[in-house]
Amino acid sequence: MFRFALTRIGMALPTLLIVAVSVFVLIRLIPGDPAQLMLGDLATPASLADLRARLGLDQSLPVQFGIWIGNVLSGDFGQSISSQQAVLPLILQRFWVSAQIVLVAVLLASCVAVPAGVIAAWKQDSALDLGLVATATLLLSIPTFWLGLLLLLFFGLKLEWLPVVGYVSIAENPWAGILYLVMPIMTLFLHEIGVILRMARASTLEVLRLDYITHARAKGLSERAVLWRHAFKNAFGPTWTLIGLVLGNLLGGIAVVETVFTIPGLGRLLVDAIFARDYPVIQGCMLFVAFTYVLVNLVIDLCYPVFDPRVTAQ
Amino acid sequence: MSSDSTLSTGGTVKKPSRVKLPAPNAIVGGTLIGILLVSAGIGALWTPYDPLKLSFREKLAAPSALHWLGTDEFGRDVLSRLMAGAATSVWISILTVTLAVVMGTTIGLFSGYMRGWTDRVIMAFNDALLAFPGILLALGLLAVVGANKYGIIVALGIAYTPSVARVVRGTVLSLREREFIAASRVMGNSEAFTMARHILPNCIAPLTVLATSMFGYVLLAESALSFLGLGVPPPAPTWGNMLAGSRPYIGQAVWLGIFPGLCISLTLLGINLLGDAVRDRLDPRMRGSR
Amino acid sequence: MTKTAPLLDVANLTLTIGGSGRTVVNDVSFQVFPGEIVGIVGESGSGKTLAARAVMGFIPPAVRLEGGTIRFDGQDVMAMSPKDLRSMRGSKVGMVFQEPMTSLNPSMLIGRQLDEGLALHRKLDAAGRRTLILDMLKRVGLRDPEGALTAYPHQFSGGMRQRIMLASVMLLKPALLLADEPTTALDAVVQRDVMELMVELTQANNTAVLLISHDLGMVARYCSRIVVMCQGDVVEQGLSEDILARPQHPYTRKLLSAMPHRLPARLLPEAKTPIVSVRDLVVEYPGRQGFFHKEQAKRALHGISIDVQPGEVVAVVGGSGSGKTTLGQSIAGLVRPAGGEIRFNGKPIAKSDAAFWDYRLNCQMVFQDPYSSLDPRMTIGQLVGEPLRLVSDMSPADRKARVAEVLTEVGLDDGFAERYPHELSGGQRQRIAIARAIVRRPSFVIADEPVSALDVTVRAQVLELFDELQKKHGFSCLFISHDLGVVEQVADRVIVMQDGRIVEQGPRDDIFDNPKHPYTQKLLAAVPGLESTSEGGVRLFWRRAENDKQITG
Repeated sequence: MFRFALTRIGMALPTLLIVAVSVFVLIRLIPGDPAQLMLGDLATPASLADLRARLGLDQSLPVQFGIWIGNVLSGDFGQSISSQQAVLPLILQRFWVSAQIVLVAVLLASCVAVPAGVIAAWKQDSALDLGLVATATLLLSIPTFWLGLLLLLFFGLKLEWLPVVGYVSIAENPWAGILYLVMPIMTLFLHEIGVILRMARASTLEVLRLDYITHARAKGLSERAVLWRHAFKNAFGPTWTLIGLVLGNLLGGIAVVETVFTIPGLGRLLVDAIFARDYPVIQGCMLFVAFTYVLVNLVIDLCYPVFDPRVTAQ
Repeated sequence: MSSDSTLSTGGTVKKPSRVKLPAPNAIVGGTLIGILLVSAGIGALWTPYDPLKLSFREKLAAPSALHWLGTDEFGRDVLSRLMAGAATSVWISILTVTLAVVMGTTIGLFSGYMRGWTDRVIMAFNDALLAFPGILLALGLLAVVGANKYGIIVALGIAYTPSVARVVRGTVLSLREREFIAASRVMGNSEAFTMARHILPNCIAPLTVLATSMFGYVLLAESALSFLGLGVPPPAPTWGNMLAGSRPYIGQAVWLGIFPGLCISLTLLGINLLGDAVRDRLDPRMRGSR
Repeated sequence: MTKTAPLLDVANLTLTIGGSGRTVVNDVSFQVFPGEIVGIVGESGSGKTLAARAVMGFIPPAVRLEGGTIRFDGQDVMAMSPKDLRSMRGSKVGMVFQEPMTSLNPSMLIGRQLDEGLALHRKLDAAGRRTLILDMLKRVGLRDPEGALTAYPHQFSGGMRQRIMLASVMLLKPALLLADEPTTALDAVVQRDVMELMVELTQANNTAVLLISHDLGMVARYCSRIVVMCQGDVVEQGLSEDILARPQHPYTRKLLSAMPHRLPARLLPEAKTPIVSVRDLVVEYPGRQGFFHKEQAKRALHGISIDVQPGEVVAVVGGSGSGKTTLGQSIAGLVRPAGGEIRFNGKPIAKSDAAFWDYRLNCQMVFQDPYSSLDPRMTIGQLVGEPLRLVSDMSPADRKARVAEVLTEVGLDDGFAERYPHELSGGQRQRIAIARAIVRRPSFVIADEPVSALDVTVRAQVLELFDELQKKHGFSCLFISHDLGVVEQVADRVIVMQDGRIVEQGPRDDIFDNPKHPYTQKLLAAVPGLESTSEGGVRLFWRRAENDKQITG
């Protein structure tokens, strides 16, 4: 088990390195002087010269990367051009907003979709199965930005139950904070139900065909015990991996939902930075989200032996 | 599998093959995609009104006999804009998928062919790129190449290349374990010939499945980018930027927000259904999986 | 057991497939009496597994019960409530499966899996159950029963898992055990041990066994009565001795004659140089490269030397892990040897391109799995014609003619050339694979388990075809197999391998009648031999064993 964990962590390190290289290269692909890009139009010759020296622009590219990654590791992601704030605190502050939406939505969706998928597989080809799969496929097909718009139209404008747009920190005003988060969370929740349900159903179907399920039935176990004690744990592995991917993808794609509900999250930060050509922020956001994605998947992987002890035995 | 084990001998009965009619999901999905392609085709050549023509007298007109799906805040005909948007979206999606499939297949084949260290290095890079959620990588690339029609194609094409490469390389490696590849080598065929004659043709089935679903992802990503204002710049209509434009008026002109979203959703539904059907057809074992 | 009531009474059982209405089990009747061992024999598609699973009330969703009854202990299984059915399963009827790799839950501790059934059906406290389980695990031959309780299935070999499976089922001392090909997936040497263990355990508890198998020899060895099934029908049933000695139904006779039998030894002309000679062949598989360490290379072959004379069929036998497949692959050039030399017609193939190419064109291979060895996207004509691409002096017309000729030779006519592999049966596919191997008229063919994926009667036909072609074209052959019966039928000479080394080799009759090495003796002791009798039946015997008893008839 220890060796398994060590190997998996070892495998994540080169990935992180290549991710960092990619982000570095991506920004360097933009034509022009990197120092000029990082400081924007308001740069003075003095500050330009200063930054050039700090980035090591007169040295070779690998050295420049070394300097940059050193800064990143010490938490220095540079300064935003438009707001003149340090990038990392800005990202962390926005990340918290996005993370609470994504985490709650995925958690709720998993709680609903996983059991529903298992039951659909158990009742394969019945009306219930058909209904669940059809609903899931439908939910999966509605893009989050339109789903959000529909919810907004219905709950916000027609029923006037929920505030239409905006965001209040839960820390400041818990009740209002929650009200503002209900619709964004519901949007992602509904969408991810479709994704997770289909996966849970498919992997359960795979498992239900296997001999050990028949063996469990042949012992005289009830269907409930067969399904939850024997099938569920073995079928959950692929779904668990998928949940990790969903978390990361949502973090990358949450900009649209944040746009619909005007929430100051990480996605919006990145998109605004792209509009403003605020390259330090673009670079910081990409690096941060990609790192988070790798780490989330690493944690997911490290938990995998719980569902399938065979993976540690390679 | 060890070649020493005896293969199946039990008297198992195969599941009955379904009636030979196309599956219901194939019919519904095929119809939806058919409608999309036809309207995109027509939309590229002809629309009821000029999708760009402003007409302030008719702004925010509700659906009527004159404007079946109403008009927008500039009095432009929504139906015409949807048709023109369909043409743009379909064209972008097809080009993007083609780009990703060509690049991904090349990388995957090369990597699977070389194996060893070359394969490891290529795949390490590939997997690291997969560590960026697709849309994030596209956003980053857009920041570099610029937000316009061709920028989107390049950005999304590159963003989706790693997943194609991964699938192709995985298929190549699993095909290499099959005995007919060993047979080809025993015959005296060169590695390159084996690759072209036996491995590539057998990659087509999984590539078809992948390309079908990728068409959906790309169309969705393109709409999302347009929605964010990073896609095809206005006034040229796309479903995504129409939706984005509708947001301020959604209280007074519901149709502006409904129809473009409905178009995207129905298209994605069609692709998802069709994708399931194609997969069931090509790989019955994966029936019903994602 | 003459006048007692039957434990299991299956009467006129008919099962059909829901959609198509195809009958898969047709009017099947048989009985099992307490303590008796009854075998159902049949090939794939015979319906034997379906019929047996129906006894427990397991009917796949797609299959419909058309008629008939299954009575267990006088009760109609089909009419039982789910609750009664569950209380019967496990406690009164147990089941052992074919594939030990998938019949135990991979994510549940063995102790818990064994405990589950006991806890459900027996009123015992945890300590009492634990004692029973440990006792049973010891009886099935586990060295460390305590440790096994907290281990996962993947930590055991296939044979051990099958023993654990037996333990799990026999813990509850059921009155009837359904055993569906319980040893088919196991290595030959282990097969007999597991079978004997099963018989011993069931006899001790007076458990009746319904043994489902394709292997007539094994069924005849252990069962008092045999039910022969074909295409959903019971074609014949009766006492084992009677069925073996005086088969009534043509299908039974076909099954019996399909069992491999020894042909008279051939005299091959002495040749000066062997067609293929292998010297000190060493093959190593590189260790897995981890991030922090590199594993030791694993040596699969430890210096193998073999000569194959022109026209000779040399069989290589051994269990899994013996290196026999690696040997075939390295001689075929699929695996690069770490040392040693291969000579073709006396010339080392590694020394010159010309020698290598000569060898490449003259050495062909037939693979094990006909479902994997044919490119699914090519037609039969293209598949068989492909090797001719590399023959330089052949016109397209000649090639076409050769393909047609070879297809006829393997018993498939012209109509097949346009078809695709998936339209063909397993036996037909293997004929295509053979046709592809011989289309260039090679002088040396490597056959790696060429019939082990085939049904008994199909196997006999393919072996016959192979023999015919070998005689006609005179190619030499390296025949790799785990199946001693098949080897006895085809081989001129036999090489026995164990752990990457040759332990014994010699003419077939010497090896089979007078084995010297203990491993050879063990291999031979594991499978029953057969001799034809004058009445169209067979006589079964254990080749050489501690208990050298014979079943005659």
